[in-house]
Amino acid sequence: MSVSTHPTPQPGTEEYEPVFVGKALEQLSEILTRYPTRQAALLPALWLVQEARGWISDRNMAEVGEVLGLTPAYVKGVVTFYTMYHQHPVGRHFVQVCTTSPCNICGAEAVVKALLDATGAKELGATSPDGKWTVIEVECLGACGFATPVLVNDDFIESVTPDKVAELVKRYK
Amino acid sequence: MGYPHKPHAKETVLLSKHFGEADARTYKGWLKRGGYEMLAQALTMEPVRVIDVVKESGLRGRGGAGFPTGLKWSFMPKEKKKPHYLCVNADESEPGTFKDREIMRWTPHALLEGSAIAAHAIQAEVVYIYIRGEFTEPWAVMERALAEATAAGVFGAIKIHLHRGAGAYICGEETALMNSIEGKRGNPRIKPPFPAAAGVFGMPTTINNVETLAAVPLILKKGAAWYKGLSLASPKSTGTKLFSVCGHVQKPGNYEVTMGFPLKDLLYDLCGGIPPGRTLKACIPGGSSVPILNREETESCLLDYEGVVEKGSMLGSGGVIVFDDSTDMVYQIMRLARFYAHESCAQCTQCREGTAWTTKILERILSGQGKTADLDLLLDLADNMTGKTICVLSDSCAAPVVSGIKKFKQEFEDYIAGRRKPVMVA
Repeated sequence: MSVSTHPTPQPGTEEYEPVFVGKALEQLSEILTRYPTRQAALLPALWLVQEARGWISDRNMAEVGEVLGLTPAYVKGVVTFYTMYHQHPVGRHFVQVCTTSPCNICGAEAVVKALLDATGAKELGATSPDGKWTVIEVECLGACGFATPVLVNDDFIESVTPDKVAELVKRYK
Repeated sequence: MGYPHKPHAKETVLLSKHFGEADARTYKGWLKRGGYEMLAQALTMEPVRVIDVVKESGLRGRGGAGFPTGLKWSFMPKEKKKPHYLCVNADESEPGTFKDREIMRWTPHALLEGSAIAAHAIQAEVVYIYIRGEFTEPWAVMERALAEATAAGVFGAIKIHLHRGAGAYICGEETALMNSIEGKRGNPRIKPPFPAAAGVFGMPTTINNVETLAAVPLILKKGAAWYKGLSLASPKSTGTKLFSVCGHVQKPGNYEVTMGFPLKDLLYDLCGGIPPGRTLKACIPGGSSVPILNREETESCLLDYEGVVEKGSMLGSGGVIVFDDSTDMVYQIMRLARFYAHESCAQCTQCREGTAWTTKILERILSGQGKTADLDLLLDLADNMTGKTICVLSDSCAAPVVSGIKKFKQEFEDYIAGRRKPVMVA
């Protein structure tokens, strides 16, 4: 496949709406004062993109690269390393369920099943037909004494059991 | 949000004294509890004097390695020629461990005060607190506390910043953490150079765990001798330690006890024992990266750096995972191997291939397709994964496999011989 079939997305073209304007640009400028290099602002900048757009597209990565003086390939290399950055759109409610050993022995697999059923997402990583829910299994969320912990977007919910799932899902309708 | 339990009579509540008090999270509330007095005092002391006190106290790193904290600080150049940095490791991701989360969400100012004291001791002007991305609530608490304390001007010339991770266990490894702060993939670096010589941004750097730093103001306040006296067994292990207990116990949670406390008492008294009708089968005493103990070893183990080593494991981060007799050890060891395969940064061949193949072979055994030679194959793989890579993630994957095969061999053999019903592995 030739390179020209995948042109590098250029920020600033008419159909692309940049993230780093107005408030987001101000936030990034403040973040840059914390570090001696521009590159160090990469993880925070990617978080700002994800907050604004819900995920990080190739074009967003190119824009971040442009702003911080990094190549799009470098930015992509970093994005793909960290599991919390979404490289595809996800449901409005993004659900992460811990299934590592300590939660596993306390019944995490049944929580995952109940969530897949109750949200209509059906399959791990898939988004429910109404676009509301994506459920994934994750490794240790660092709350093993409160099995099973579940993250719904930024809400950290402890001690979830299958019988609490229906009520949890209703809260986010 | 889960509230902490009422302290048990056998606990020694120092770090966790103010857990559960919402008011302690505010700057004013912290001042009322004597907060920031020790920082003010430390800022008037010669940095080397602060290091001496911490050295004398015997405080050792609470993140897993147990390296003496004062000694680590003393590796920083005395004569300052370049900027110095302090990185705070709040990337708590070790399965079974959830103590730093509790410190940050209940006593954020204890961490901030300890961090500023450490920064003064190592002559750092900038502190980065690296908090794992999933810790949304501790982040919010820390952000508020930092804003309040900074506005009050308590840190003097020291600047403290929070840095959010984005989902990578390996960033809890100190050199990977520094790369992550620099805006890079979280690949661990080859040592030397050690961080005190060339750390974050190539400058002299110290990396300390949350719990280690939270103990520092207490040590300055009550004195090194007092802290050193908190020791029930080995004099090389001093102070108190937070143990996160999870899995098959009646009352999981964080418990603070003096170094040398019996693991048996922690499980049966403080945590209320194993669920009714069940008995203890195994225990991982220091987070998932350390060897598994059987029942006998667990019940005779003393919780300090030396005591756990004596039983063939390590104190690690103090994450205690408890398994009762209903546990399928083969399945749980597979889950742990899968964790490491998922979290490998893939730099080193032994780790990238070893963690993946270990997982595959364990899955094969569980599905009834195992061969007798598989156990030797697993041990051979584990041997190649131990002590041969840039960081210890690969060793950490090998630890539960080797100890698991050694202590629960029968369970593996039952799957291989078809005596046990195969498990569908998703």
